[in-house]
Formats: sequence, C-alpha cells, structure tokens
Amino acid sequence: MSARSSAPPASSGTKRPWGAILVWVAVLGLLAVLGIGLVRAQQGPVGVGSKPQPFTLRTFDGAEYDTGEMVGQVVVINFWASWCTPCEQEAAELEQAHQRFKDQGVVFLGVNYVDTETEAKAYLAEFGITYPNGPDLGTRISQAFRIRGVPETYILGRDGRLAHVMIGPYASLDDIVQAIEAVQAQ
Amino acid sequence: MLANVGFFALVLTFLVALYGAGAAAFGAQRNKPAWVESARHAMLLTFPLLTLSSLCLIVLLVTGAYDVEYVASTTSSTMPVYLKITAWWGGQAGSLLFWSWLMAGFATAASARRWDRDREFLPWVIVVTMITLAFFLSLTVLFENPFAGLWVTSDGQQAVAMFQPGGAVPLVPADGNGLNPLLRHPGMILHPPMLYLGFVSFVIPFAFAMAALITRRTDDRWIRITRRWTLIAWLFLSLGLILGGRWAYDVLGWGGYWGWDPVEIAALMPWLTGTAFLHSVVVQEKRGILKRWNIVLIILTYSLVIFGTFLTRSGVLSSVHSFAQSAIGPMFFAFIALTFVASLSILISRWPELRGESQLDSMFSREALFTLNNLLFMGVLVVCFWGVIFPLISEIFTGQKVTVGPAFYERATGPLWAGLLFLMGVAPLSVYGRTSWVNLGRAMWKPLAVSLVVPVVVVALGARSWPAILTYWLIAFVVAVVLYEFWRGALARRKLHGENLLVALGRLAGRNRRRYGGYIIHLGVVVMALGIIGIELFQTETQGTLARGEQMTLGDYVMTYDALSVFDTADGRNVARAVVSVYKDGRREGELYPRRDYYYESQQAMTMPGVRSTLEDDFYVILVDWQPIAAQGATFKIYHNPLVNFVWLGGLIFILGTLVAAWPEREPAGVGRPATARAGLARA
Amino acid sequence: MRRIGITLLGLAIGAATLLAIGAGAAAQGTAPTDDEVNAIAKQLYCPVCENLPLDVCPTQACAQWRETIRLKLSEGWSEQQIKDYFVEQYGARVLATPPAEGLNWLVYVLPPVAFLIGAYVVFRALRTWRRAAAGASVAPDATVASDDPYVRQLEDELRRRG
Repeated sequence: MSARSSAPPASSGTKRPWGAILVWVAVLGLLAVLGIGLVRAQQGPVGVGSKPQPFTLRTFDGAEYDTGEMVGQVVVINFWASWCTPCEQEAAELEQAHQRFKDQGVVFLGVNYVDTETEAKAYLAEFGITYPNGPDLGTRISQAFRIRGVPETYILGRDGRLAHVMIGPYASLDDIVQAIEAVQAQ
Repeated sequence: MLANVGFFALVLTFLVALYGAGAAAFGAQRNKPAWVESARHAMLLTFPLLTLSSLCLIVLLVTGAYDVEYVASTTSSTMPVYLKITAWWGGQAGSLLFWSWLMAGFATAASARRWDRDREFLPWVIVVTMITLAFFLSLTVLFENPFAGLWVTSDGQQAVAMFQPGGAVPLVPADGNGLNPLLRHPGMILHPPMLYLGFVSFVIPFAFAMAALITRRTDDRWIRITRRWTLIAWLFLSLGLILGGRWAYDVLGWGGYWGWDPVEIAALMPWLTGTAFLHSVVVQEKRGILKRWNIVLIILTYSLVIFGTFLTRSGVLSSVHSFAQSAIGPMFFAFIALTFVASLSILISRWPELRGESQLDSMFSREALFTLNNLLFMGVLVVCFWGVIFPLISEIFTGQKVTVGPAFYERATGPLWAGLLFLMGVAPLSVYGRTSWVNLGRAMWKPLAVSLVVPVVVVALGARSWPAILTYWLIAFVVAVVLYEFWRGALARRKLHGENLLVALGRLAGRNRRRYGGYIIHLGVVVMALGIIGIELFQTETQGTLARGEQMTLGDYVMTYDALSVFDTADGRNVARAVVSVYKDGRREGELYPRRDYYYESQQAMTMPGVRSTLEDDFYVILVDWQPIAAQGATFKIYHNPLVNFVWLGGLIFILGTLVAAWPEREPAGVGRPATARAGLARA
Repeated sequence: MRRIGITLLGLAIGAATLLAIGAGAAAQGTAPTDDEVNAIAKQLYCPVCENLPLDVCPTQACAQWRETIRLKLSEGWSEQQIKDYFVEQYGARVLATPPAEGLNWLVYVLPPVAFLIGAYVVFRALRTWRRAAAGASVAPDATVASDDPYVRQLEDELRRRG
C-alpha cells in the first residue's frame, strides 16, 4: 500500500484530488481491517445466549451428527485433544455423565481439536469413552466457537442456544452434572 | 508504599505531559512565548518524574515485593538481581513504563538543544512528543499498571487493583512466578531496550517533520536538525534486530536467526523506511528534490513504529513475541487512527508547498540512483506489510486462517535485496548532477572487472546454485567498490597533502564521516549477506535417534552421543542435558551440551542448542527427545550452518560504520562551522 | 497339455502375486527416516505452534503430527498426498504459504503489482524532472560546487583520476 499510495512525488500538485482520495481510502481501509481484526482478537468465546452455527461432526467411526437436527435436545460439546494433559482430568467424568444422562435427551459430542487419529483413538480407548467423537476437520468447528484452547465445553439448550460455557476442565463429575441439570431446567 | 509513590509519579507525569502538549499548542496558536516556555519546562519535568517511578518499580522488583502483581508475575526469589532488574521490561506493564521513560529521556535531550534558530519548531515538537508520551502513560495508568497490588476480596476472589478494594485484604504470595524463561538470556536482556530505543528515537525526527509542516517551514532545516537523531534511532533499531536474531539463534532452537515471524517483521518495517529515509534525505540536502517523499517516509516510519507496537501488544497477531492479550488494544487502535489521520491531513494540506526546487540532470546521477534505492526498499516494505496483514484480511473475508511463511518473503524479497546490493555497488561511484552512463561506466569498470573474478572462481570451485553465484558476485562488487573508494580518496589526499596512505585513510574517514561511515556500513551489510547466503542456501540438517555411544554424520562432521543426565536445579528447572562429542575429519573437536530446560513455575520448556562455532561454519545440535527412564536413546537434530558467523561479524562492522557516521564532526581550526558541515556532506 | 497350461498359468499368477507382495513389503519395510519426515514437516505449520514450522516445534501436538507423517510415509503416501491430508484435516493454515486460489491470489499478485505501479510512478517522476532540467536555461555544474576548498580539490582530483 505504501509505495503505491504515497510515492507520487511526481504528481504536479493540486490538479488531481483523487490522488488524495485514493490515499485516504487506503488508510481508512487499513484502519478498518485492523479494527475488525482487533474486535475479533478481543472477542472471547461465543457467549451464553447466542446461537452457534449448526455443524456436522463426522466421527472416527464414520457416523455423522448434525447439531442442526438436535433441536429439543441438550447438546454437550466438548473440545479436547490427546496431547492435552488437563483434558485427561475430566475425560472419565464426561463419560460417566454421558452414561447418566444418555436416556434423558442429552447428547454428548466430543470434538477432537488439532489431533492425530491414532493418538485420539488411543485416548478414547484409554478413558473408555463411548459417546460420539470426531475430528474438527479444517478447525472449522473450533473457529466457529472461537475456542482459545482445550479443553472447553459448550452446552446447547433445547432451543439450540448456548446455555453454558466451561473454559478448562471440570473439577468433578458433580460440576458436570450440575451444569447439565441447570440447562435441562431451563 | 513505594508502589503508591511510583504510581503517583506516573499519574503526575501523565498530567504534566497533557499539560505540556496543551500549553505548547496554545502558546503557538496565540503567539504567547511564556506558554511555550512553560510547556518546555513541563517536558523537562517528565524525565525526572518517570525516573522516580521507574526507580520505585526497580526497587520493588529487586526486593521481591510480591504483593505487587507485576513483581509477582515477572520475578521469583531464585532469580539473580540483574534478571530482576531486566524484569522491568520483561512484561507488558513494565515495558510500557520503560518505553515511556526512554521517550521522556529523548524528549528532554531534544528540548535541551539550542533553539535560537528554530524557535518556531519548539512548540510543535513538544506537542507531538508529549502526546505520544501521554498516550503511552495513559496505557500504564488506566490499563497496565505495573504498581497494581494483589488482593483477596471479601468473597475469596483474587483481584488486581491499585487501591484496596472494599473489604479486601492484601495478598502476598510467598514467591513470584518468575520471568518468562525465553527472556532469561543476555541477548534478550539487551534486545528489547535496543528496539525500544530505536522506536522511541524515531519519534524525534517525526516531531520535527510535523513541526516543519505545521509551521510551513518546509526547507531542509528539519532534516539537518534531526540528521543525527535519525542515525542514532537507526543504529539502535539495527542493534535491536541483530541482537534479536542472535537471541533466536541461541535460545529458540530452530537453527536459524530470522523466522519471518510477524513481530520480527513489525520491527523490520520501520527499519526499511528508516534506511530509505537516511538515503533520500541526502538527496534533498544536496539537490532539493524528494522533499515530499522525505516527509512521507518519516511519517511512514513513525506510523510503522506505532503499528509494530500495536501488533505486538494488542493480541491481533499471535506470535512467540506477543505479550499476553490485554485491554490496551482499543486504546492503541484509537492512537493509530489518530496518528494516521492527523499526519495524513497535515501532509495533504501542505502538499502543494512541498514542491521540489531542483530538477534531474541525468538518469545516471546519484540522486536518480538513490531514488531507485528507495523504490526497492519500498518494494520490500510492501511485501512485508502485505505478508503480515494478509492473514487478517483472509480471516475477515473468508473466515479462513492462512499462514504466510518464510518461503513467501524469501521468494518475494530476494530479487529486491539483490537489486539493493547492486545499487550499493553502483551508487557510490556515481556523481550528483549532470552526468551520463559513460561517466558512470568509466568510474565503474575497474571494481566491476575485479569483482567478476569471484563468480568465475566460485563456479570453478563447483558452485552451481545461480542465486549463490549472483550474490557472491554482488558482494564482491560492493567490497571492490568500497575499497576502491577508500583507495581513491586516500590517494587523492596523499597527493594533496603529502600524507602517507594510512594517515590519509584515517583523515579521509575522519573528515567525511557520513560518507565513509556509510561505506563501512555497506561493508558490514555485504559481510552479513555472505552469512545470510551461507545459511539460506547451504544449511544442511539431519535428525536421528541414537543409543549411547552411537554416532551420526552430517557432512564432514561426526557426532557421538556420550551421556545424558536429567536433574532438577535450585532455580526451579528440570534440565535434560546431553553430552555429545563432535569430530571433524576424524579429529575430535570437543564436547557440546544441548539441553532442554523445563521451568516448573511457568510450565515452559526451552531448547538450548549446543553450538560449536568457527568462522567457517557452526555445528548446531538440538536435543529433540530422550527416553527418561533408562536414559538410553536420545533424538538429536543437527544443523550445519556455513558462514553464519559472518552475520554477527557483519553486524559489528555495520554498527561500527553507523557510529563513525553519527559521530559529531570535529571543528578543524580555521574553518567555520557551516563549511565543515558541508564538507561532511559532499558526495556523502 | 491343457492341465499343464493351467498349472503354468496358476504358477505365473502366484509368482506375480508373490512378487507384488514382496515389493509392497519392501516398500513398507524401510521405515522413513527422521530426515524424510522433517523434509515434509518443514513445509507445514501446526496451529498449536504458530509461526514455527512443524519440524522444529517442540509441543506434543506437533510431535504427534510428525508421527502421522511418518506413518503415512511408511504406507507409501507421496509428499503431496500427505500435505493434502493435513489440509483436509486442519485447514489451509497448515501450509507455509497460502494455496493460490480464491482470495489468496491477492497474496501473490499485490506485491508485484504495487511494485510495478511504484516503478512507473518513479520513472515518470524522474522523466518529468529531467524535462524540467532540459528546459532550464542555467545548466548546473557537473558536480555540486562546494564552498570547502578541500572538498573541491578532492572532487577535482577524483574526477581527473576517474
């Protein structure tokens, strides 16, 4: 931008105001890009009450789950990775919560962030996780939720709106149960 | 207590800076010298005040006052005193204070000069510097306060606040978190201050340029006043970049010194425009052209300084250099917008008055060649700028994150750098004014002919990479030209004054500091280029897992893995340290100790390479992985970095040249001041 | 006769199959070296380690990625296939430079275009200034006249020698 917009030491003075206009457009455009970039950088994860874009999770077994078709159910979306040590703290508890709620219209989805399939499957086996898990292809889902790291957990209410957000691992099974029951009660 | 004093001084400086800017503008508008004088006193007051504030912070850091949040987060009791002091700029809040302190120091130095001839500049210089200072201070006062304390509120939450929140009790951690381990390195201790010095000192020429525009005194007076400022700013910026490279090479453990990381580029961009500026101001001084362009360049440089700081600190880009995300982004954005819009408005309103005085007599004159040099620097700038900004644009418009990596920058800027090297050879031989390609050719053919020996020899020795051959030739050309210039000058002096050649050489450089300093800088640049080509084109690497006693080979080198130990240190590290022996051509060259330090406090690991360094090449070993229990196998990555030490050597020559160029001219007996100043300029 | 023919055919097929299996086993048998893995990893970026190429990034996630490259190589995948796999899995950001498609064309187009425009502006400026010089009545001296006798002498001397 700089060479093009500011180079004209040649232009002979005031004849062409559009030279100045061009420079202004470039500078304001740059400011706009920086401003939007800043707003994005400052945004935290998607907030409670917002309605995230539905996504399709293709699991490691090849099954497909579309959150757009899960309206009326509570959806627990957990972002994790096998290289993530804090994730291990909550892995078994998440599965226990899944066992407890699976007949009450609560769907668990595990989204595997920036991970490799072999290690991810080993992790699932190690913690005996049975709810659907699949890779975040092209990091599209994590970008939509604007996650900052793993683990993070998002719970969608029956209306498809985000009802609960947890950054970092749950400390105990009780915490998970309380969070889900609170969403169910809504 | 001390924290309160420091914070109070900070707030006071902020108010004083605001007052200074206001009083200076008012005094200039209403033509009231008393107000301007008062503003100048305000400006002089900022430095002692900020020194007091900084001393408070340093004492807090050194004495381990962990009830202050900044102290707790950047120091720990196991750190040596010198690192505790460097924690001053080791975190966001402290480094903003450090920056402000430097800024105030430079403003004071600028205002201490004799102003008799340039009274009308003074108020506007004060306005620009004090607004900049007030902005940085507002960041520390409002958002990133280094003196804020740690508290536990009545409901058990931890809080960070300057003053005791209601019902809260002070929290005094037993120990701090310690400085980011990446920053515990001599290169890192000096790298940020040098960069900041460079950044901050560019504010002064910018302030003078703005003053010249506002007062419509658009001759080259502002350039002459700020010439040395610019050189010093440029010196510090160059030092900062070189030290940063050295730090990356020693600490980051990826075998290189420059990764085209967005934040590195953010520091390079003002250097590019600054370098272009240093060249083009000479043209304006000599020939009266490029007046507009020089103003544009200094505005660009200052904007890029602010822009670079914004990128580093706002969290817009993520990078190894980024400070943690913080609330200062929007403030910074507002200041950038103000800078861009204000300087552009002033520039456009004065554009018609900035017409050049002179004309161009030849396309082969030095002024034409310097203009080309500027074009090439701008080309590099566009590549850098676009590479940094494009991922942002892509994310906004397509939602897709992209990486613009080194390959892009290297391919796009490679030819431009080559063009700059070529000009570096041609331009010193050219003359100002009326000349022709015949004249230029006549001046050029001797060094050109000598330099052509190099590619021939290189090809005969078996080099087949044409970028390498081309660069070697260009390097030889520049070296030949620089030596030729020194030789010609010394011969001329000998003939004129009957001095012997050595004395003539010394006097030559002494009397024409800017010109011959510049040549030394050119020499430094090509020596660096030699190293850069070595590592860019001829670096080799290999990786392998060895059992104890096994060996691996890279080129002429053989490395054996002798031992590995894993242990905890008193300062809270877990160290895995390997012992390897290096052999070259069958001869044992010594032991190296590549290691991985894991810092428990910050949960960060650091890869420290083992390096065997000679002028010819570096043998660089990284410990990639190891089996912790049996300590049997370990994975090593080894790099062979030919000629890399020429980068540092060239850097030293470069700094030396800048010092020569920036050193004040001595006044020889019998010659008046203005004439000497001109002597330094002639053909510089 | 026919039986022999069939037997021969069977043998031939069997031999061919064995050969093919043998070749496949040979291809898979040599484990990819670290250097082969790094040659590909060098061109990839893992989102966990921004701005550090995969071959030198020390995080666990990146170590796993390198193992994946090793696995794919041992399965006989080509470099391009592996890169495509990573792009599909983690998005275009894993590539060291954006793929030249869609908006990304701008990455490669804008700098040269800007440079050419800049060059045009500069050359036009130089030409205009030259015309101005040609039109000027008073021709300036060949070199800038200096008021310092030493410099003038030096300049003169240099010119004579040149």
